[in-house]
This record gives sequence, structure tokens and C-alpha cells, in this order.
Amino acid sequence: MHDMAPTQRYVAELEAGIERIWTLAHELGLRPFPTHFEIVPASVMYEIGSYGIPGRFSHWTHGKAYQMQKTMYDYGLSKIYELVINSNPCYAFLLETNTVLQNKLVAAHVLAHSDFFANNAYFAKTSRRMLDTIALNAERIRRYEFEHGPDEVERLLDAVLSIQEHVDPHATEQDVQPAQPRPRPQRTTAYEDLWRLGPSPDPEHDDEPPAPHGSRLRPAQPTRDLLLFILTHSPRLADWERDVVSIVRTEMLYFYPQLQTKIINEGWASYWHAQIMRELDLDTDDYLEFAQLHAAILQPSPRRLNPYHLGYCILEDIERRATAAGQDGRAKLFEVRELESDVSLIRNYLTKELVEDLDLYLYQRIGDELVIVDKSWESVRERLCAQLTNHGFPVIQVEDGDYHGNSELYLKHAWDGQPLDLHYAQKTMEHLYRLWDRRIWLETRTADDERLILSYDPDEGHKTHA
Amino acid sequence: MFTVTLTQYDWSLHRKGAIDQARHKQKVKDAIRQNLADIVSEQSIITSDGKKIVRVPIRTLEEYKFRFDPNDQQQIGEGNGDSQVGDVLERFGQAQGPGHGPKAGDQPGIDYYEAELTMDELADMVFEDLELPNLEEKRLQELESQAVRFTDIRKSGPYANLDKKRTIRENIKRNAKRGHPRFGGLKNDDLRFKTWERDVRRESNAVVIAMMDVSGSMGTFEKYISRAFYYWMVRFLRTKYDNVAIVFVAHHTEAKEVTEEEFFTRGESGGTKASSAYQLALDLIAQRFNPVSWNIYPFHFSDGDNWPSDNELCRQLAERLLSQANLFGYGEIRQGRYAYQSTLMHTFQQLDSPKFVTVTIGEKAEVYPALRRFFGPGVASGTARSTA
Repeated sequence: MHDMAPTQRYVAELEAGIERIWTLAHELGLRPFPTHFEIVPASVMYEIGSYGIPGRFSHWTHGKAYQMQKTMYDYGLSKIYELVINSNPCYAFLLETNTVLQNKLVAAHVLAHSDFFANNAYFAKTSRRMLDTIALNAERIRRYEFEHGPDEVERLLDAVLSIQEHVDPHATEQDVQPAQPRPRPQRTTAYEDLWRLGPSPDPEHDDEPPAPHGSRLRPAQPTRDLLLFILTHSPRLADWERDVVSIVRTEMLYFYPQLQTKIINEGWASYWHAQIMRELDLDTDDYLEFAQLHAAILQPSPRRLNPYHLGYCILEDIERRATAAGQDGRAKLFEVRELESDVSLIRNYLTKELVEDLDLYLYQRIGDELVIVDKSWESVRERLCAQLTNHGFPVIQVEDGDYHGNSELYLKHAWDGQPLDLHYAQKTMEHLYRLWDRRIWLETRTADDERLILSYDPDEGHKTHA
Repeated sequence: MFTVTLTQYDWSLHRKGAIDQARHKQKVKDAIRQNLADIVSEQSIITSDGKKIVRVPIRTLEEYKFRFDPNDQQQIGEGNGDSQVGDVLERFGQAQGPGHGPKAGDQPGIDYYEAELTMDELADMVFEDLELPNLEEKRLQELESQAVRFTDIRKSGPYANLDKKRTIRENIKRNAKRGHPRFGGLKNDDLRFKTWERDVRRESNAVVIAMMDVSGSMGTFEKYISRAFYYWMVRFLRTKYDNVAIVFVAHHTEAKEVTEEEFFTRGESGGTKASSAYQLALDLIAQRFNPVSWNIYPFHFSDGDNWPSDNELCRQLAERLLSQANLFGYGEIRQGRYAYQSTLMHTFQQLDSPKFVTVTIGEKAEVYPALRRFFGPGVASGTARSTA
């Protein structure tokens, strides 16, 4: 099979297998999008893998990911088995060097992913025509490279990508608009004050004169959608640059639910590939091959969580407990698949027994050693939730886009007890300056829980304020 | 409704990955180039056997983001059922302080990118635009570096040089004219042969006389710097020029010609008389390297701490050397030790010749600028050498 196009027989066998799997999946209650399966060589697999979706815009960070994936593959360290695109119809990629049986398992696995994309609430708003959008975006960025030079575009993308995780799927243009000038309460009766609910108006703000020609860029509420705020209000960016920011944001919003549902989605797919493969009347050799591959996918690791394994175990546990309680376990699973994200799955369903059965623990670097420091189930659950919230990135909010009345950008780290990597933060602020063109401020806290304010502009460099 | 399709579209047509990968590699190279000064004087590189692959940390290629302090975080792992608080998952080696860790990956705190490159790749970058300055064509003993280049196609020639691809193409072309576009019925007319030219590059003879102070006053740092400089110089000469003679001279109060190995490894002690080295260089030129047929490049590295009564002699000999040399380089290594100007450098200030080039090195990172000062573009004064 290696290094050559799959034979007719191979394709025919696989096609028949996938038909059977499709029918089974439907009988079992899965409702995936219509699905295109593509048989591709490994090089295409890791190319698409490193871009997240085929046809995405060019940038050296993608090239870096590509090189890493290629190296891992060339040295036999890892290979991508499955790749599936959230679109309608759904695209799934099968590795041409896989055996027919391996690809049947992958097909069953990705059909469950497709079902998850189609039915999980977090995906309800994602564009299902993203392949087209991605291609058009890439084309526009290519045109900007032509018009403004590849180096200029690269520097811009370097800056935008440094904050690409800071989007808010629920944010709208409205959320990044300045507060409307508060109408002065008209007293109609002497007792009007009594009816006013909520906090009394901030006298400081009330006394402020209205902003001259609306230049005040203080969002009504702090927003964590840095990209949206910048593309709406940056004093510097040209239209094409705003478009690039908007492209990165659109694509991030598309990937966002996938980042929010890694554990549950992989658990769901693993649960179903196991169910479906067991229904396939495999002969002994095939069954053995299936069992080995299944075990390899669910292999736990002492140093990092395997989302396939954790998700699979939690879902199985939900089904078992529901059945034991006299409910329809399968129906319960479908409900979970529709409603939960990783954070809510962990919050609602990671039990003490599961943490102990899975032997989960917290470890930390102490001196020159990695040491297990905590095994209590609540600590594990809390840490896991913290890690999954905002998919592991700190929440950074725009407090003010007109700080000091000088259009400086004031950001605040929503403190949850975890200190920032300050070196990285400062470098990211340099990128932000490229986008904002005025001094950047960042308020955070130190490991000792003391307030720390950083600022950056190219003339004065980095400064720290207590 | 059957809604599964299985197809084999050629996705590799996009080739984006390869293109962006090339861009990434380019950025890695640029980053290395920017850090050459630090890399060049890196101990591990100078003591490497020359074939090894070297690893170069590249900080500029990190993808900066707002992120949590990786050193302050607890991670989650999964045991096999019997883990206990206090179990050690992994022990790092002693040498692995920050900056010596493994590749970017899953270890907290250690996550910069390291590029691997061969010594040859690194040397290429270091030497990219370096050259022997003031090189002149000499009358005798021109060095020829030869290469055979296939440059043309003819209809006749020795069969060993038959260009099969073109021959087949001609045959198919001829058949196609008669309506049968395929290979067959080869005729003499179809045959194509490659012809070649001998590519002769003429280079002049050149000799570099590498002189190094090995007296007692040369400390570890001074010796390290001179060796680092000469290490790269020798490599540079051998990479760029097919046949440049290099003579190694070590001196304290006396000078002698030593082997390359001795030059790079041996330490001596005693006082310093630089004149002994210059005298030996002049003798060598008289005996073996007649300036009529040789380009001559004496270089001398010292801490400048010369025997005071020897200085005047040094100046005279240096002047004589300059009259015969294409360029005379003097490097003085001072690690903030001397507040005053050293005697030797001071003495040499009286020398007024565009062919006399000096550098002062105070720290490791100045080795690379020194190389560039002697061999870099624009250094060569361009003055015609007076014939001896």
C-alpha cells in the first residue's frame, strides 16, 4: 500500500464498508451531515492538519506547524488518523496508507464528529460554508500581499494572530460601542428618585461634558473581544487592515466551538466508533486490529490528559449511571451531546469515582522534578475547568480605548488567581501597538496577588507601574 | 438518501504547506543571521569537530500571546491506578537549566524554538559576503579550480554524453509530425548530445600568516578569543578558496612555526616580544612566499602587553611587513582590564597605511564583527600594492 495510490479493490472495499457504517450510524440514531470522504496521502493530511482547514491563508506560523507535523510523521512519532471539517456537506479525510479496517474505524469516528457538529448547541451558529469563506479570505489576503507587499501583510498578521484567541462569540458591534450619554433625569415629581433601580449614577461621569465629536472609546461594558474592539475603533488601521483583522476573527469564531468541545467531541466520536465497529461482524484478525487501534487512541498519558480517553470514560459513565437509575441511557447521551461543552461536561459529570478510577492527579515542577502534588477530586475538577475556560487562555478585557483622553488602550486581565507570563505579555503588547498605534496598558496581578500595571509604547519602551 | 461519497481529488495541488514552510525556514535563517555574533563565539561550536549539527536557540520566532505563566501552573496527568501524592513523574538532568532544555513541547517553562543546522550551513551564513581583501592577480602559479559544466546540446558527440531525454523527445516530435506521437524508430537525426565546457576559475596564490601571542599574560579569555577568531578564519579560507596556504606562528619572547593542531591547543607562558613573530613572518616570506607571486596576509592577535623596549622594533618590522603584504590585521583583546591604551596598539597608531587594519575585542560577541572588519565587504582599501 505504501507510497502508491490505493488500488481499485481497496477503494471498493472501503466504499462498501462506509456504506454499511453510514446505515448503522443512522439506525443507531446519529444524524450527521452528508459526508464526503477523501482518500489522501499523508502529506495532504498534515498539510490540512496544520492549517485547521484546507485553503486557509498563508502565514509562516502555518508553515511552522506544517514542518512540525511533517517531521513527526517522517520520524514515525505520530500520524494524523482522522481529519474532519465542520461543513455541510461534511469533508472527512482518510489516510491512503491506512488499512481498510483502520479507515473503517476512522469513518465511523468522523461520522460521529459530523453528527456532533450538526447537533451540538455550541455549533448552531457556525458557518457551514466555511470552506468557501476560507478560500475567499485567503484570496483577499493574497491580493493585499500583492498590493501592500508580503512583508507588510506578514507583520500585520503576526500582530493579529498574537491576539486571535481573544474573541467573544456573543459579542456584537453594539457591545464595543461607547456608553450612550446618560440622559439627565427629568424630574417630573418630587419623589422620582425613589423609582430608580440599580446603583446610583456615577457622579464623576455625570459631571463630564459630552465627548467632543464622539471620540471617547470607552465600551459601555468591558469587552473581551479584543479583535472586534480593535477592528471597530483602532485609530490607525486602514480599511484593508481592518479587513484582515476581521478575517482572522471570522475564522477564529468558526474554530471556537471546536476548542470549547474537544473532550466531549472526541469522547462522543470514540464512543460511537467502538459501538459501530462492534456491530460490524468483524473476523478475529480484524477484531484484533480494531481493538489495538482503539486502545492506542484511548491510551492515557501520565503527563497530559488524553481528551479521547477522558471524554469516552465520562460518556460511558453517564450512560451506565442513567441506565442503573432506570432511565434510557442512550437517550441521556444524546441529550448530553446536544447541550454540553467541555466545561459543563466536566462540571456536571466528572464525579469523585471517575477521578479515582481514572487515577487523575495534579503535578507540578518542583526544582528539577515533576511531582504529583494533589489527588483530591475537587482540585482536579477545578483545575480542569480553569484550564478549559476560555480554552486555556487568560481573559483580557478592554476597559478603555481612550485612556488619559489620548486614545490609549487600557486592557485588564480578568484575574482568576493565575499570573500571566509577563515576558509574553509584553511582547504581545508590542504586537498590539502595531494595531492600535497608541500606548498600550495592561492591568494584571502578580503571583502574590498585588496589582501590576504594564505599559508599552515604542518611545518609552516597557514600563511597570505599581 | 445515500449521502456518502468517496473521492480522490488531488488536494496536494495547493502546496501551501510547502510554501509557508519555506517562509518559516527563511525566518529561521534570518533569525540566525541576526544572532550570528553570539553564535559564532559559542564554545560548543568552536570545539565541535566541524561536522556536527549545532542547535541554535531562536527566540524571535516565538508566537507571543497572552498566556499564563507556565512555571506557575499545575498540570493534569493520568496514572495507571496506583499513583500517590509525592510520586516523581520525571527528573530533569542537572545540565538542563533554562536555555538548555529539550525542544519546544510539553514541559513547563522550557519552550523556545531551537533550529538545527549543520556547521556547513552556519559557515555559509557567516562567510556569505566575506573575502580576502586586496587580492591581486599574481604572475606565477595561478591556482585553477576546475569544474565541468554541461552547457550545450549538439547533434553529434560521444555516446557517453547522449542526452536520452532530449533524444526521445526529438524522436516523438518527428513521429508526431507524421501523425504517430510516440517513441520508436530511432534515427541518427534524433540523437542529441550534451557538450561541456571546462569552467576554469583563476585564483591567485595567497598565504595567511596567523600569529598568536601565547605568553603568560594571555589569560583564558584572551586565548579563547584568539582561537575563536582563527578557528573561523581558517574555516573561512578553506571554504571559500581552493588553495590558500596558512602558516601558524606562536610566540612569546620567541616565535616559532607550529602545526595547526599545536596552534589551537597548546598554551605557553613567559614574556612577550611581538617582534619575534614579525621577524619570523618576514623570514618566511623571504624563504617561501615571494610577494611577486603571493598575496600575503599576516594577522596577529595579542593582549597588547608587549615588552616595552620591543615596541620600536615591532613598529619597524610591521612597516616592512606592510610593504610586502596585501593587508596586515592586528587584533587586541582587552577584557576591560586596561584603562590605558596598551603599548602595542599605541605603538601601531604611528603606522599610517590603509592596509593596516586593527580591532579591539572586549567580549565574546565581538569576534564576528572582527571577522567582518578584516574580511567583510568594503573593508578592502583598494589601494594598489607597491611592488616589493
